[in-house]
Amino acid sequence: MKKLELSLAAVLAAGVAAPALANDSVLAETANPAQNAMQAMNYANTRYSELDQINKDNVGDLQVAWTFSTGVLRGHEGAPLVIGDMMYVHTPFPNTVYALDLAQDGRIVWQYHPQQDPSVIGVMCCDTVYRGLAYADGMLFLHQADTTLVALDAKTGDVKWSVKNGDPAKGETNTTTVLPVKDKVIVGISGGEFGIRGSVTAYNIADGSLAWRAYSTGPDEEMLVDPEKTTALGKPIGANSSLDSWEGDQWQIGGGPTWGWYSYDPDLDLFYYGTGNPGTWNPSQRPGDNKYSMTIFARDPDDGMAKWLYQMTPHDEWDYDGVNENILFDAEIDGTERKLLFHPDRNGIAYTLDRETGELLVAEKFDPAVNWTTGVDMDPNSPTFGRPAVVAEFSTEQNGEDTNTTGICPAALGTKDQQPAAYSPKTGLMYVPTNHVCMDYEPFRVSYTAGQPFVGATVSMFPAPNSHGGMGNFIAWDPVAGEIKWSLPEQFSVWSGALATAGDVVFYGTLEGYLKAVDANTGEELYKFKTPSGIIGNVFTYEREGKQYVGVLSGIGGWAGIGLAAGLTNPVNAEAWQNVAGRAATGRELDSEAKNVDTAGLGAVGGYAALSDFTALGGQLTVFAVPN
Amino acid sequence: MRSAAPFLAFAMLVAGAVSAQDVADTAAVENDGVRWFNAEGIPTFKVEDDGTVDWPTFSGYRRYHADCHVCHGPDGEGSTYAPALKDSAMRMDYYDFIGVVASGRQVVNAADNQVMPAFGTNPNVMCYLDDIWTYLRARGADAVPRGRPAKRADKSDAFVEAEKLCMEQ
Repeated sequence: MKKLELSLAAVLAAGVAAPALANDSVLAETANPAQNAMQAMNYANTRYSELDQINKDNVGDLQVAWTFSTGVLRGHEGAPLVIGDMMYVHTPFPNTVYALDLAQDGRIVWQYHPQQDPSVIGVMCCDTVYRGLAYADGMLFLHQADTTLVALDAKTGDVKWSVKNGDPAKGETNTTTVLPVKDKVIVGISGGEFGIRGSVTAYNIADGSLAWRAYSTGPDEEMLVDPEKTTALGKPIGANSSLDSWEGDQWQIGGGPTWGWYSYDPDLDLFYYGTGNPGTWNPSQRPGDNKYSMTIFARDPDDGMAKWLYQMTPHDEWDYDGVNENILFDAEIDGTERKLLFHPDRNGIAYTLDRETGELLVAEKFDPAVNWTTGVDMDPNSPTFGRPAVVAEFSTEQNGEDTNTTGICPAALGTKDQQPAAYSPKTGLMYVPTNHVCMDYEPFRVSYTAGQPFVGATVSMFPAPNSHGGMGNFIAWDPVAGEIKWSLPEQFSVWSGALATAGDVVFYGTLEGYLKAVDANTGEELYKFKTPSGIIGNVFTYEREGKQYVGVLSGIGGWAGIGLAAGLTNPVNAEAWQNVAGRAATGRELDSEAKNVDTAGLGAVGGYAALSDFTALGGQLTVFAVPN
Repeated sequence: MRSAAPFLAFAMLVAGAVSAQDVADTAAVENDGVRWFNAEGIPTFKVEDDGTVDWPTFSGYRRYHADCHVCHGPDGEGSTYAPALKDSAMRMDYYDFIGVVASGRQVVNAADNQVMPAFGTNPNVMCYLDDIWTYLRARGADAVPRGRPAKRADKSDAFVEAEKLCMEQ
């Protein structure tokens, strides 16, 4: 208890009111379903609400209750927080914060406008998104694009402390939310396309002082791993396991950014997150397993030490970042109740692990289009236990530099990116927003310059061939059986976080801008409404004066806005290129580009449509309710 | 990147702005062994009758889709927030283009938060900037459709030499 007493003293000394530990505060606030006290809705990241006033029988009557313009364009990810009478709305860069008093019809009580050097925008890989605020002990935690972490007094908007976590001049930026745990705030970092060295860092909640930092790559002591006690698939990882998996000092620009979601189990006292891609997309330039990029970590929040880890995609060849959410749930497996962790990865495999030990229990494809692997070796006695078997045809490493490897599924944006799934304990199902996109990938040699893109591959993406022609699915997944229960085809990637409720309804948004409600058991569409702009935010719910509301941020952008804005190209370009040759030979005019692509033969014309035909920029919150 | 590269893009870094042409002249009239140029000595593309694309333009396709498309979208088509460079390249003066890529550009105000970073120190971009330019002009002139060029000329020895010199500076 020594440590606990110390931190209590520190918090009290800083003049913060009880409850003293963020742990207690976050647990108390997230336990009240009338609020939305965390981006992931709770420590377990289930995105499940006990509210059931809006249910599958009346959700069809949903109407817009009120709206709010954020005053900012570009991609709006995350969701507002609702704490007591207040709603806290964040924006993408410049990361404005609005405090709205719901008791005064949404009057703006205070607003916070950070001063940031706009040059940070130029080193953000994929738009200026920000996945939202966190709350603990009467403070809001704003993690700006330029990696400045600010603690704001939730009542006044006054800055209590601030600290800089990274250096944008080296390509280090922030997009993700933070995790308040106990007496610390745990923060990640972005920059996998800039050759950064990824890390996760804990700051003391009382004053913002550094508590510890754990790098994704490098010497054991800098990664906060114990060669004997930290395990991978049940075995100690051994000494220098990261250093030995890189050539020379490449681990210093090895990537492994930590920009995804963080969950926490208060009973096991472990927090979970994943690391992203290794530095440069050209695999031939970085031989080895590139540990620990693409890895799920379970760490102790007090000192950062890793209890277990699991690298999903050793030696990445496709940019399958491992940063997606880890949803904590309990279920029976083979007759035994287990504490589990669910992780739907960019690589197209949905993993279920024992979250206490890191034991791998289920690893199955959650999109039948996934073709780069035949599956994960599940034999504990095999030398390749836990590794995905790579299909040579789709290996950009085996095909080599300057070779265009074609038809790889999924594309670099993954079968699923950060858009978080939801878990309903009522149905036992995971509701997962997915991409249904494949790619050609041609790696080539690049050199590293600090603060400059360090990519080294040409990628072109297209809707999964021989399917429904769309670029997304919204699926219900059984995390124990490892199979799809139902799948709803979508024209575009589903880039919005899902919400499951006790009313047996699941909500999600689409890139065209629809908020959709579907039956949690059958997937039947019950309601849809087209909001002003495409949705990449996460659906949330709250209750006020006995009435349940559902809300979502609109504002098209993010990686989806880059790749899809102009529509994706055709997987078979040959015909279009023959048209060029034909035109050159005969002197006739080329038909319109759209027609040129459409006639190239895959059918599924809708899949090639451009997002810009459906929506335009604009940040807006839309809140829905069922009329009295 | 210690010193200037042999490629024209780098050599012209310090050149002043020249007024934009009314109609982009993309006709290839001259080849120095590395790439094609128009009548005014500005790099340009050449697509043969059978659809074969000159190597530098193909190289531009690759480099664009590594370092540019993450903001400007696939095939120079633009994204939700960054302009379609296939059109910009047709409007812009060559030397202005070089200047913007090397130095960056910012439009930050109440309505816009557009920031183009400076790539002047990045050899992966600067050594291939003429390639990217001709690729974007080929897209803007509708001389090549979207996607990967199906047929391309081989890399010339002169190109190999120039590339090596630039990347190893």
